[in-house]
Amino acid sequence: MVAFDQVNVVDESEGERVRADLVRARSARSIAEGSIRVLLMAAAAISIATTTAIVVILVRESLSFFSQVPLAQYLFGTKWTPLLAGDQQSFGVLPLLWGTFYLTGIGLLLAIPCGLLSAIYLAEFARPKVRNTVKPILELLAGMPTIIFGYFALTFITPKILRGLFGVEVLQYNGLAAGLTLGLLVIPTIASVAEDAMRSVPHSLREGAFGLGASRLQVALRVVFPAALSGVVAALILGASRAVGETVIILIAGGQQPSLSLDPRISFQSMASFIAATARGDIPQGTLKYETIFVVGFTLFIVTLLLNAVSSRLVRRYRQVYE
Amino acid sequence: MTGSDLAAAATAGMRRGERPRLGGRLFSLAMYFAVGLALISLAALIGQTVVKGSPSLSIEFLTSYPSRINPESSGVQSALVGTLLLIVLTAAFVVPVGVATALYLEEYADRTKWWNRMIEVNIQNLAAVPSVVYGILGLAFIVRGPLSLGPVLLAGGLTLGLLVLPVVIIVSREAIRAVPPSIRDGALALGATKWQTISKQVLPGARAGIVTGLVLSLSRAVGETAPLLVIGAASSPRFDPSGLNDAFTALPIQIFTWTQDPNPAFVDKAATASIVLLAILAVMNGIAIFVRNRYEQRW
Repeated sequence: MVAFDQVNVVDESEGERVRADLVRARSARSIAEGSIRVLLMAAAAISIATTTAIVVILVRESLSFFSQVPLAQYLFGTKWTPLLAGDQQSFGVLPLLWGTFYLTGIGLLLAIPCGLLSAIYLAEFARPKVRNTVKPILELLAGMPTIIFGYFALTFITPKILRGLFGVEVLQYNGLAAGLTLGLLVIPTIASVAEDAMRSVPHSLREGAFGLGASRLQVALRVVFPAALSGVVAALILGASRAVGETVIILIAGGQQPSLSLDPRISFQSMASFIAATARGDIPQGTLKYETIFVVGFTLFIVTLLLNAVSSRLVRRYRQVYE
Repeated sequence: MTGSDLAAAATAGMRRGERPRLGGRLFSLAMYFAVGLALISLAALIGQTVVKGSPSLSIEFLTSYPSRINPESSGVQSALVGTLLLIVLTAAFVVPVGVATALYLEEYADRTKWWNRMIEVNIQNLAAVPSVVYGILGLAFIVRGPLSLGPVLLAGGLTLGLLVLPVVIIVSREAIRAVPPSIRDGALALGATKWQTISKQVLPGARAGIVTGLVLSLSRAVGETAPLLVIGAASSPRFDPSGLNDAFTALPIQIFTWTQDPNPAFVDKAATASIVLLAILAVMNGIAIFVRNRYEQRW
């Protein structure tokens, strides 16, 4: 242990000794202080190391994959059957990309109107008491484990809502149920982030509009909503990116059959659900099947990174700055 | 202008005024519908889980091992023990690393240096990486590859730790930032060193915020299925993990395994296990709320 409480006697008559003492005083403590700084910095480096490890692993296995499968077949092939043998084996990622975006799209079709309307209601219309009750409940929905959403999609949305209430002839594992449940999952994300954005619009704007005779609805839609647009768009992209990366809902309710189809009643597989479905089996390391996990993971990683970059760019570009 | 003209203008004006009112009413309806849909979905989600799951909820369910043949005698003991141990392991990893990183960024890092900005951007990006990708990292780096631990409890804890680390860093930074600079200035003026200031003033002041954020991050880790599936958590083991290097399972994995079973009696077991998972999350959220209300510093 280095003594923290070392007392330094300073002789005021000799300037040189004073300086020497001060220098020594600093160095005695600076060992401890400096080593703490280094320790904290090392901890911060772990997050950098995590990113590096993710990128290195994904790139290395992907390169090894592309030494056996041509890039063009991967990017433009329309059949994804990596687990089959011989001629049946095909590595076109389009069905997985399609599954990911199609199901996300179905989800957003539900989540964007619901999320934004909820946000406008909570930010502009709800009484404080209602808002303080509804918002935590919505956040509860956001905190539910996605495995429970998956169970819900399989045992409630498909049999009771789709087949029962709407009479849609869906397969037991279908894209519609998975997509709609993805929508339910991201409604609270969109509502909560968009509401925060709208509430941060200064009151003077609302008061100005009311003063000019605008109705509450006009203020909400023509003043507050446009002023909060950057935050609203960020909320939508955040929701989309959550749906794109979601795994278990699609794995449980969407089936495990990649499809390149517009018919939402059949099975779909997304990039994330393929990874979870495939990595579960003990695939031997170094095989082409093992490497597919990493190529698809790399593709998913790039897609979410792009979504993130677009969102932070939009926020920066369209952010209205109020004093 | 005659009186009838005025009246006509007034009714026209009223009629013009009616349209936004009708639109407003429709819009209100749409808003109530949207909020209602979200609330009803939540109610249906919990309702379905409770209705299907509660009949087989019992003490025996918590203290017996999963069976592949007999749904009646199946329970979640190995999954429950696994989940509780994972919480402890994840916390043991994420608390020192997360708080230290947050302290570095808030108290030491010079924002004008590119590497410090890189660390910040990097943490933001890591928070957005899908959880399956953390599973891949765990599989290739921890289970196999450099660490080669195998699909064991420690590997699960580390993977979940890496997954929630960015969130823990972000919430800890907020808690540390909430401690006013005057507290630091006061300590420094009394002759405390930088670390004395941090350890005796800043950290105690930020403790409630850090603990609240930590518990909420851990509750996110508890509900994660995908990374544990990918690293190869065992399905329905009939034993508890006896050490860090033992095979393990967790509640979400057990729920997943049961949803995949063709026997509907097992699918109902998934609901029962979900109730147990929800109960754990409720306790954790309760702890977070308690800590925030009881220990939060007001400056």
